[in-house]
Amino acid sequence: MRAIGMILAGGNSNRMGDLTLKRAASAMPVGGCYRSIDFPLSNMSNSGIRKIAVVTQFNSRSLHDHLSSPKWWNLGQKQGGLFTFTPSQSHENSFWYRGTADSIYQNLTFLKRSNEPYVVIASGNAVYKMDYQDALNHHIDTEADITIVAKEMPQDVDVHDFGIMELDENGRLLEFEEKPLEPQSNIISTGIYIMQRVLLIKLLDTIIKEARYDFVKDIVIRYRKKLKVMAYKYDGYWQPVNSVRSYFDANMDFLRKDIREMFTKEFPYIETKPKDEPPAKYNPGSSAQDVIIGSGSIINGAIQHSVIFRRVFTGEQSFIKNSVIMEGCFVGNNCMVENVIMDKEVVLSDGKRLIGSPDNPMIVSKGTVV
Amino acid sequence: MRRKEILAMLLAGGQGSRLGVLTKTKAKPAVSFGGKYRIIDFPMSNCINSGVDTVGVLTQYQPLQLNRHIGIGIPWDLDRSNGGVTILAPHLKESTDGEWYSGTANAIFQNLDYINQYNPKYVLILSGDHIYKMDYSKMLDFHKANKCDATIAVLEVPMEEASRFGIMNTENGDKVYQFEEKPQNPKSNLASMGIYIFNWEQLREALIEDRSIHENSDFGMHIIPLMLKKNYTLYAYRFADYWKDVGTVESYWAANMELIKTLPEFNLYEDFWKLYTDGEHQSPAYTGPNAQMGACLISNGCEVLGSIFNSVLGPNVIINEGAVIKDSIIMGNCVIGENTIIDRCIIDEHSSVGRDVVIGDGENIPNELKPNIYDTGITVIGENTVVPDGVSIGKNCVIYGKTESSDYQDSRLDSGGTIMFDEEVIL
Repeated sequence: MRAIGMILAGGNSNRMGDLTLKRAASAMPVGGCYRSIDFPLSNMSNSGIRKIAVVTQFNSRSLHDHLSSPKWWNLGQKQGGLFTFTPSQSHENSFWYRGTADSIYQNLTFLKRSNEPYVVIASGNAVYKMDYQDALNHHIDTEADITIVAKEMPQDVDVHDFGIMELDENGRLLEFEEKPLEPQSNIISTGIYIMQRVLLIKLLDTIIKEARYDFVKDIVIRYRKKLKVMAYKYDGYWQPVNSVRSYFDANMDFLRKDIREMFTKEFPYIETKPKDEPPAKYNPGSSAQDVIIGSGSIINGAIQHSVIFRRVFTGEQSFIKNSVIMEGCFVGNNCMVENVIMDKEVVLSDGKRLIGSPDNPMIVSKGTVV
Repeated sequence: MRRKEILAMLLAGGQGSRLGVLTKTKAKPAVSFGGKYRIIDFPMSNCINSGVDTVGVLTQYQPLQLNRHIGIGIPWDLDRSNGGVTILAPHLKESTDGEWYSGTANAIFQNLDYINQYNPKYVLILSGDHIYKMDYSKMLDFHKANKCDATIAVLEVPMEEASRFGIMNTENGDKVYQFEEKPQNPKSNLASMGIYIFNWEQLREALIEDRSIHENSDFGMHIIPLMLKKNYTLYAYRFADYWKDVGTVESYWAANMELIKTLPEFNLYEDFWKLYTDGEHQSPAYTGPNAQMGACLISNGCEVLGSIFNSVLGPNVIINEGAVIKDSIIMGNCVIGENTIIDRCIIDEHSSVGRDVVIGDGENIPNELKPNIYDTGITVIGENTVVPDGVSIGKNCVIYGKTESSDYQDSRLDSGGTIMFDEEVIL
């Protein structure tokens, strides 16, 4: 594919609550074995993008750990490969990233030193499987300056939290509103953009001089009339990870056979960093119904309709229902857990009860000992 | 080439014929074990965990699966620009027309050039046939401390069983003075594990010298006695942990079953001695709304809709609704049909069993063709095999190939029966 990729993984979402206190939203564990960034990263690699930059800023340790070797995404190579950028100080610039556009601008050398004519920009916190080549073909066919991958949401879905696009009959962007109070359409932006590399460099040079730093506000919205901004409608599965609810749903969707198999069994494959855990073990007296269980877990109790990550231990007579239990959690004997998102390495001593509500799962922060 | 202090030579060419149909299309080290692993993963993981980063893997019998599994060594961090893993296959040479590896030491002799490249101080000889966790760096420390020319890892076995092993007779604190292969009246109970550390200089000399005497040069039979004759310093290094040769169908089955226990003798779950294997399957296992789980090991990517008791499932196995699996090993990528009942059975990779099948039902009659391999009630279904809907299969049966209903008389294969298609038919 004649494009380079940039994944914006620096952001945090205040709607994620305590889940992103210790990590970027892009590093959120999803589906029993993945992290959110595995999806855009695998998509780029699978689309044939051979040079990818991941731009991080907030709580980047776990993300850097995850990306420490590029070979899992078939990006271990001398030409191109995987780059991770964090803000760095220089003579000219001592700022953190002041916005999405600034985060690209501060790494402009990466863009300038590339030869591919196009750039694919994606955010790191969404679960989906997409061939960006299709979007690029659409971009070329429509002679667009900027292409935004858009998704038409069902009428009953609340779209207040998204960027809302109004399009003309040809799919050209007329208006774009971030998180509107009164959405004028149900077409949302997925935060995936395609444009010519040279145009991006030119636009960034212009807006940064004007002290404008946001990609959506200062490029998409500001230039929507001057440039030809087109929508590429995507109708496959796409689930953002930007709130407690959407995070919970993204995990629970893996209990659906069609979605689970699309991500875990079907070509092209979503890759992740392997963890080398042994098979999951079910001891006598355990049960697991409508559950996914990661490797290295040891199950002694009962589990229903839940997502259990790797290396989780559940004690005898414990009962877990409708919950997401992340890697390395320990649930003691006779515990009761329902409607809970348990972050990594939580320890529940014997006999504890944690009950959230079905609409608003209870969050237990990373490493909590109850 | 840059020098290495130590490199390992891993003998992985053996067939393991007592594993029957399980080694029909792959060498014994490539046979699955413990769900997601293959037997060779244990010595390979031991190497990297012990700091041995240069490993030559000697293949001979049916190497394809082994080659694919090892690849460039990524799972074991053995993909290196200096050292790493190298597959060493028998090859033609100008002077000799080439030859097969005819003995353990002969196989090393034929790869002198590989070892010479790194000019190591020590060479570690391993076999790819055993399940164990061992820190070779401690053995190397022992080798250096005793100023040995060769160190042989030994296991203390019960005296009454010693006549089944190669026995090291020692004096003065484990200094070896004699090696006896399967002695009738054993003098010691220190059984050789087939794991050696040699000083490369002395080993090279002995290999070259023995070459002209024995065509099928073997470490236990020839090289160790030769070194003793030359008055080299040989020590036995005692190893006192789990070590299993899963050489027979019964011992293979039992070693897998042992892992299911709540506190097994062999612990796969230790963080400080990780076991590495092909990372192709990362996704979690799914258990359906009607699944029932007894004691079992379930690997990545499995879909369990039926019931599993006392069994080990490899990666990506599908168990459909109503199926009941008991006391069995089902290796990677198998599919088990609805309402099928399987008892005491080993099913090799990529096989499918139809619906309403019963396996393991009948009397315990040894297999008619190979009674000494299949005689403990375990039915074995080979790789890439198809068992059609609705058939009933007894104990100690062997099935290999894409079978159809017409291959079963009255939909039944009695205990001890065999259905085996040649590979040509399968293709």
